[in-house]
Amino acid sequence: MEKQNDAVKGRPIVRYHKIAKVFGDQQVLTDIDLDIFPGEKVALIGPSGSGKTTLGRLLVTLERPTSGTIEVNGELLWHKSVNGQLLPADEKHLRRVRGQIGLVFQQFNLFPHMSILQNVMEAPVHVLGMSKGEAKEQATAMLNKVGLGHKLESYPRQLSGGQQQRVAIARALVMRPKVMVFDEVTSALDPEMVGEVLAVLKEIAAEGNMTMLLITHEMAFAREVADRVIFMDGKIVEQGSPNDIFVNPQNPRTNAFLSRFRQA
Amino acid sequence: MWDWSFTIAILPELLKALKITLSATVVAYFLACVLGLLIAMVKRTTWKLVVYAVSGVVEFIRSTPILAQLYFVFYVFPKFGLTLTPFVAGVLTIGVHYSTYLSEVYRAGIDAVPVGQWEAASVLNFSRARIWLTIIIPQAIPPIVPVLGNYLIALLKETPLLSAITLVEVLETAKIIGDNSFRYLEPITLVGLIFLVLSYLLSLLVQQIHAKLS
Repeated sequence: MEKQNDAVKGRPIVRYHKIAKVFGDQQVLTDIDLDIFPGEKVALIGPSGSGKTTLGRLLVTLERPTSGTIEVNGELLWHKSVNGQLLPADEKHLRRVRGQIGLVFQQFNLFPHMSILQNVMEAPVHVLGMSKGEAKEQATAMLNKVGLGHKLESYPRQLSGGQQQRVAIARALVMRPKVMVFDEVTSALDPEMVGEVLAVLKEIAAEGNMTMLLITHEMAFAREVADRVIFMDGKIVEQGSPNDIFVNPQNPRTNAFLSRFRQA
Repeated sequence: MWDWSFTIAILPELLKALKITLSATVVAYFLACVLGLLIAMVKRTTWKLVVYAVSGVVEFIRSTPILAQLYFVFYVFPKFGLTLTPFVAGVLTIGVHYSTYLSEVYRAGIDAVPVGQWEAASVLNFSRARIWLTIIIPQAIPPIVPVLGNYLIALLKETPLLSAITLVEVLETAKIIGDNSFRYLEPITLVGLIFLVLSYLLSLLVQQIHAKLS
């Protein structure tokens, strides 16, 4: 577990700066400053309602920050800087910058009216402008990689939850994002299917170059895969190497949270 | 009382007029389907002013009688320089009127598509147009086909209103035959039967389409 410092080099690929998010009268994120570096695997842990998912969703523009800025690869995501002033970015800008980010949902959200192959092919064809033949080749390769090359013509409803989630991972990966957000991707699965999805994630992580933001309740998995673990509860409470956080947490809240998992 | 030879004699004339009824139905319904979907889509945009304007117009059209609208388009529009043939005025009015009903049906279908579908499509960076075309509409329409079909049959039965703006469709033809021959029993009964058969056939067609899509 002494790998945490290898990846943490160079300019951050994602930078949250003074991010706050308020829903109605509820402040879910306060003063978040977070740099994520190319190739880094960051695990976000914390209780339900701690804002981990919101933090991920901000990065793919599914939520708009109440205040603060987000940079992706050195470029502002939600804003355009005009003569030193920050103006809200237009849809074109949002699409271009967020194109570098992929996200896998807890609930898979596959397109039920399309075959597995179509699910994975659709965005390369219509967003990246790939030819159908090329997209089919890449989609098939990606589905092979997640172990579903034999299910190309199946429809989502014919697959188990674990298989559907692996398709969703392939669908995100085929877009070649620089950063992948995995938003509690095993939380909606039956226990016996968690392993097959985590195995895919471990394989992607082992390839090394993908930057991964892992929002998870799977502590053993976070410990094994992450370079850095962040415990948050509305704000960043504590962060460090997996060893720091899991073996020797400094903050009593981190300790209290983790003690529930240690007993299990 | 029922005269079979008279029945057979008037049948060709009625069937000829039926062409008008059918073509008005098809064109008006097509217009209603396309315009209704556009209204439903516009109402989901964030352009507040456009949404209010469209909602107001839709409410107005839905809350006034088709017959009044037919008179207005056919007899009043020419005062403003827009003169339309009875057929064009008729299908335009009925089509637009029904588009306001259909927009609500589409809305229900669109609302039933889970929000996760919008989110997944947006995260994959599809354009708005592409999300509608590829992800939302194909999921929104199959469940509402039976209701869309009901409106097709309702629209078909509305077409005799077109006689009010001088379009001689099948019911008006029957009435003219009656006026000329002093026999109303056969022509009016035949028209009733024709509508019955058409409505039944259309409902079968809608069932078929629904079964095929779901």
